[in-house]
Amino acid sequence: MSKTKKTRSDERETGISRRSFIKGAGAAGSMAIAVTAVPAASAASWGGQTMKDAFGDFFQDHYKNMTPTELEQALARIERNAKRTTGVDIKCENTPPIPGVVFGYAINISKCKGYRDCVYACVEENNLGRDSQMQYIRVLEMEQGNRNLEKSDHYYDPETVPQKDKYYMPVQCMQCENPPCVKACPVEATWKEPDGIVVIDYNWCIGCRMCMGACPYWARHFNWTEPELPTEVVNPVTHYLGNRPRMRGVTEKCHFCVQRTRKGRLPACAEACPNGARIFGNLLDPQSEIRYVLENKDVFRLKEELGTEPKMWYFSD
Amino acid sequence: MMALPQFFADAIREMLRGPRRYWGWVILLVALFVHGVFYYINQMQTGLVVTGMSDQVSWGFYISNFAFFVGIAAAAVLLVIPAYIFHRKDIKHVVLLGEGMAVAAVLVAMLFVLVDLGRPERAWHFIPFIGRFNFPNSILAWDVIVLNGYLLLNAAILAYVLFLHYRDREPQSTVYMVFVVIAMFWAISIHTVTAFMFSSNPSRAMWHTSLLGPRFISSAFASGPALIIITLGVISNITRYRISRTAIDTLALILTIALQISLFFVGVELFTDFYNEGQHGASIRYLFLGLEGLGSLRPWIWAALVMNLIAVTILMIHPLRRNMKWLYVACVLTFLGIWIEKGMGLIVPGFIPTTLGEVFEYSPTVTELSIALGIWSFGMLVFTLLAKLIIAVELGTLRYKKPEG
Repeated sequence: MSKTKKTRSDERETGISRRSFIKGAGAAGSMAIAVTAVPAASAASWGGQTMKDAFGDFFQDHYKNMTPTELEQALARIERNAKRTTGVDIKCENTPPIPGVVFGYAINISKCKGYRDCVYACVEENNLGRDSQMQYIRVLEMEQGNRNLEKSDHYYDPETVPQKDKYYMPVQCMQCENPPCVKACPVEATWKEPDGIVVIDYNWCIGCRMCMGACPYWARHFNWTEPELPTEVVNPVTHYLGNRPRMRGVTEKCHFCVQRTRKGRLPACAEACPNGARIFGNLLDPQSEIRYVLENKDVFRLKEELGTEPKMWYFSD
Repeated sequence: MMALPQFFADAIREMLRGPRRYWGWVILLVALFVHGVFYYINQMQTGLVVTGMSDQVSWGFYISNFAFFVGIAAAAVLLVIPAYIFHRKDIKHVVLLGEGMAVAAVLVAMLFVLVDLGRPERAWHFIPFIGRFNFPNSILAWDVIVLNGYLLLNAAILAYVLFLHYRDREPQSTVYMVFVVIAMFWAISIHTVTAFMFSSNPSRAMWHTSLLGPRFISSAFASGPALIIITLGVISNITRYRISRTAIDTLALILTIALQISLFFVGVELFTDFYNEGQHGASIRYLFLGLEGLGSLRPWIWAALVMNLIAVTILMIHPLRRNMKWLYVACVLTFLGIWIEKGMGLIVPGFIPTTLGEVFEYSPTVTELSIALGIWSFGMLVFTLLAKLIIAVELGTLRYKKPEG
């Protein structure tokens, strides 16, 4: 049987390496053969873990059920696992939401030039699997004159961007106020935090992918294989609900860089944008820039008719 | 109460007794199951990357078969209603085989969900109180309840009636009838809830139609009787168990009507999606005509449509429907046609194009096909063993003997 087929017929045959990198983002399936060939790496009796850690992982309770001690043990276990698989001493934190803060995002599509700097910054910040080439952000190249997603190009790769007669629209998890993914999950492995971020307990997810069917924004991604994280690229500052190293067989998605934003920093994508197209902030703060945008610009949201109340707005100058 | 342990002992002895061809069949099924297990072990070690699924098409062959076999399980109710409510003697004669098929089919459906899980070892997270069960919000949570409940109900009713017949008694109690009635409504619920798993997603235009539930039920009531007729035909050919012609005629009539309704629903959907075609129709266009030059499901869905049309034509011509040879042809065509239409033909195009408008195709890998073959074999094995026992009890060859002294 053939594997997953090529995606779009209208792609240009240039820039092989980068193009294939981008294309691979969603097409983890195409690596099946390569991965199968690798012998079951370090499949010691406890998967390379100590027996205690293996049992600890298996019986670990839901994030919200864990006592402070159990959570401490879980964080320590995550750090040990990361040391074992990547060789890096990471710090896995559990920074709580800041009271009185609900995060929102606005993107100025007239400033977005389609550079994808946000995409790559996100990959580095969030410890995304490098060989699975997962990406939380997809920048769509849109035809001027319409907003039809089905006419968008996900894999645009011209010599230079922006292209004439095109505009660019980044899409990522919109942290819906009314998230269909949370409703769909049969085991409450994903939920909305008080600061509005929809998070996942990667240790609780059973990998049924109900959430992926439910999400209208294609924001959820699945670890079809063990995500590989080379030592030199590991971001050691991590959060339990955010960018800590993930495992095979669970879903993940953008979480507004919970490990940064709960400490008052901007998400990596906002910081990386060279055009200032991304405006991130506290929706509850009347003085915030995001509030200014919402009050003074003609904003729209994607697929508003579905009632998901996304917290990501688009506008143009 | 010496009868119960002896019943189980006798049952197991009966299942392990048979002519050479019986053993050949059982060994073949076990071998195919083990073959599937090997592929599954590899899938567990490597991850679901060994399937053809992707972030774009995140459910494939497994979930397609899951949806189809829930329908087969639900169709057992079509024997239960005439047998227990209308006291049709001829149907009562085969109702236990129908329940055996329901047990096997629901096990098959559940296994297809299990092999689709990325983290099957965490399935305990489902268990209420120990895990966190998102009930009543998550439709999959509902499905876990209705499928497990249906399995228990059918297994219990089947075991209870067999145990009574084993001791030459007839079930009389009203408690038992209450369970039979519950099982009837439960049968409809399992397939409706399964349809809701898909139709509850407004972002998937192809699934997001209130017709999906009725379509699931009508197609199940066609594919189910088709499989039952074929199975009864095989049983009456290779065993001494005689199946009355009137029972087959009733099933064939149900099949005819259900297939007519099912095809009508398909037509209604095609009209709605193609007249004033918008983005809502993109998945249906992909399925039937292809999108952006891609359309690997096209030949399949057209074949399914043709098979179902030929089947319904045969079934609507009375002399042909009453001819067993033609009836079997119609049954095989219906079964295959619905399997394609409600399986891959429904699940996969729901993801194409993606919610961001990307057209990305899916086709199952050898791993998926092998694991599916293993699960089908497991289902057939369960049914074979149950049918062996049912027939022995119903023929009266397996009876309780009071221990001497």
